[in-house]
Amino acid sequence: MKKLPAENSAPNTTVQVDARIPMGMLFTLTGTILTALGLATRDNAAVYLKSLGINVNLWWGLALLVFGVVVLTLGRRGQMRMEKTGTKGRRD
Amino acid sequence: MPNLAAADWLILLIYFFFVLAAGFSLKPIMTGSKEYLQAGRALPTWLCGMAMLGAGLGSQELLGMGAAGARYGLASVGLFALGSIPAMIFTGLYLMPIYYGARSEPQALSGPRALYKPQEPSSTGENGVAARSVPEYLGLRFDQKTRALNACLFAAMALFSAGISLYAMARIFAALHVFDHIAAAWNLPPTGVLLFAMALPAALVLAYVLLGGLAGAMYNQASQFCLSVAGMLPVALLGLKKIGGWSGLKAAVPADVLHEWGGVGHAGGHSMGICAAVLVIGVGIVLGGGVWCADFRLLQTAMAARDVESARRAPLIAAAASVFVPLVLILPGLIAVALPTPRTTIVIHNENGAIYHEITIVPPAEEAGQGLVPAKADAATEKPVMGADGHAVLDYEMATPAMLLHFLPMGMLGLGLAALMACLMSGVAASLTAFNTVFACDIYQAFLAKSASDKQILKAGRWAALGGMLLVIGAACAAMRFNSILDAMVLVFAVVNAPLFATLLLGVFWKRATGHGAFAGLLAGVAGALVHHGIDLPKGAQPGIHGGWIAVLHHPRSEMVMNLGTAIVAFCLSLLVTAVVSACTEARSEAELKGLVHSLAERPPAHATWWKRPEALAGAILLAAIAVNTIFL
Repeated sequence: MKKLPAENSAPNTTVQVDARIPMGMLFTLTGTILTALGLATRDNAAVYLKSLGINVNLWWGLALLVFGVVVLTLGRRGQMRMEKTGTKGRRD
Repeated sequence: MPNLAAADWLILLIYFFFVLAAGFSLKPIMTGSKEYLQAGRALPTWLCGMAMLGAGLGSQELLGMGAAGARYGLASVGLFALGSIPAMIFTGLYLMPIYYGARSEPQALSGPRALYKPQEPSSTGENGVAARSVPEYLGLRFDQKTRALNACLFAAMALFSAGISLYAMARIFAALHVFDHIAAAWNLPPTGVLLFAMALPAALVLAYVLLGGLAGAMYNQASQFCLSVAGMLPVALLGLKKIGGWSGLKAAVPADVLHEWGGVGHAGGHSMGICAAVLVIGVGIVLGGGVWCADFRLLQTAMAARDVESARRAPLIAAAASVFVPLVLILPGLIAVALPTPRTTIVIHNENGAIYHEITIVPPAEEAGQGLVPAKADAATEKPVMGADGHAVLDYEMATPAMLLHFLPMGMLGLGLAALMACLMSGVAASLTAFNTVFACDIYQAFLAKSASDKQILKAGRWAALGGMLLVIGAACAAMRFNSILDAMVLVFAVVNAPLFATLLLGVFWKRATGHGAFAGLLAGVAGALVHHGIDLPKGAQPGIHGGWIAVLHHPRSEMVMNLGTAIVAFCLSLLVTAVVSACTEARSEAELKGLVHSLAERPPAHATWWKRPEALAGAILLAAIAVNTIFL
């Protein structure tokens, strides 16, 4: 494939936010809320009758928190790399 | 009845906020039609793969997987694998280079296809015009009439199916009484809950598609897919624990239902009653290929990749995830039927001399159900609907939502409902962005305003999104009014996608296929599907939307067998007619077809290390899929 014309790498044609950042933020925030809720209700057995006595808010919240932070870190690294190399590098 | 706690609402609201934020953050970049309709063709591989999964996991798919699990047992895991993974791999290896790289030759710009603005650098380089959609590829490979026919059929299908998805999920939200408080606060009539549950996601999807275009939809689809898994995985795990692990599940469901591949060989033994050959051809080639190789709603995500290698890997990433994800989504349905059915109980106990009556009231429809799967309830009387055989008709689509309610405590319930919402929104957004691309490129620019400027195309795309969403809501309201429209969905698929896949296959792999052939093939496939539907009627069904509206000549074993049959007939007829008519008409020269057919396409240079090539990845995925399906026998 031939090289695309130079105008093609104008900044407005590339997406500028690494999509992992908002995704990581969503999961970090959700995970934090669930973990906090899990901690606040950890002595309240009635809430967790449904989930077989397991404090799913706490454990799943922690899992989502870890996932969110990992995705966020990856996204920030990707963003930094993207800004360093500029839009031209991403085209090749 | 769930009373959503503040935490549940908070999680739902956070999700809504992020969905809209993606749209707003992308708005400044939407400067031209390429950015808006094709996400600038600059997205990274992983995002395209995840968005493809998200687009493929709409509300009908999510509910359908739970329903299939409840109805057919673990056999459905194998069927979903058969119906997706081979087709995804085929797309990644062989079709994507053609779709992504398809571009008209520069000299063609002076010919009949000189409609594109040569000064627009993003879509016309020195290499000619890149296809932006599947209909546009058909236009380049065959001719404009094939393109127009497919564009119109596809546009109608995309909007119709989005409307059905919207209604199907709104029905679930109404049954779960999620929005009852809001409806009561606003004094809405009983149907108001349903309308609200349709209008809210529709408005959100419309907002982020208008703002962020395909990029906005894909950013969201990626996180919506993760959210769906995050919401459903704990349900599957808790359900498994409750039922006593894998062995408990095997003990709880009848053996023949659990037996995934056994009994497939002879028609009578299998729980779905389909013989192996029909199963493999029907599910693996026609249904799988029709969805993952021909449906532009899914392909648009891969076509937005930044280069052809990324575009090839996106379907492979989707295939890799599809090895495990369907299991997570089917298990809740399977467990739902195996759990004990809730009954109205009165427990009397004596405490310090006072007698307490603890009454748990279960609605009659739930009591008549099997496990957690309720029976279909009559809308007016709330009594369970009885089938011809005297048993209550089960509402299998409620399997997954019922599991959510049964196992998730407050907080997690919000996450689970957000997962349902996410599936709905990603599916509807996929339909909407596909529709606006096809409308702007293949209807507006190709036929209505041939000399439209890029700004006008962008504008047409935005207006198409708005108009499309109104039509989607119209379709959803029609489905609400006439419930039987829901069953027409499979027919629409057979009419649109099955013939299209046959035509695309011949177009990509057979140089001799011609425009007249493709057009005749598509028409024949559509007609064949309608006629097959018109003369077949599944046992125990009334003529009409279920089939048999011409004359009942044939009784297939079940509705599923019949639907498979319709798709296979459409596919084969389209294949045959395209081939015959092509053989009788004049073929285009090889120079014209350069880059448009497999044998004349530029091969991307193979990666130096063999295990980094897409073929190696594809092989690994196939092996993993086979291993997973063997283990779960």
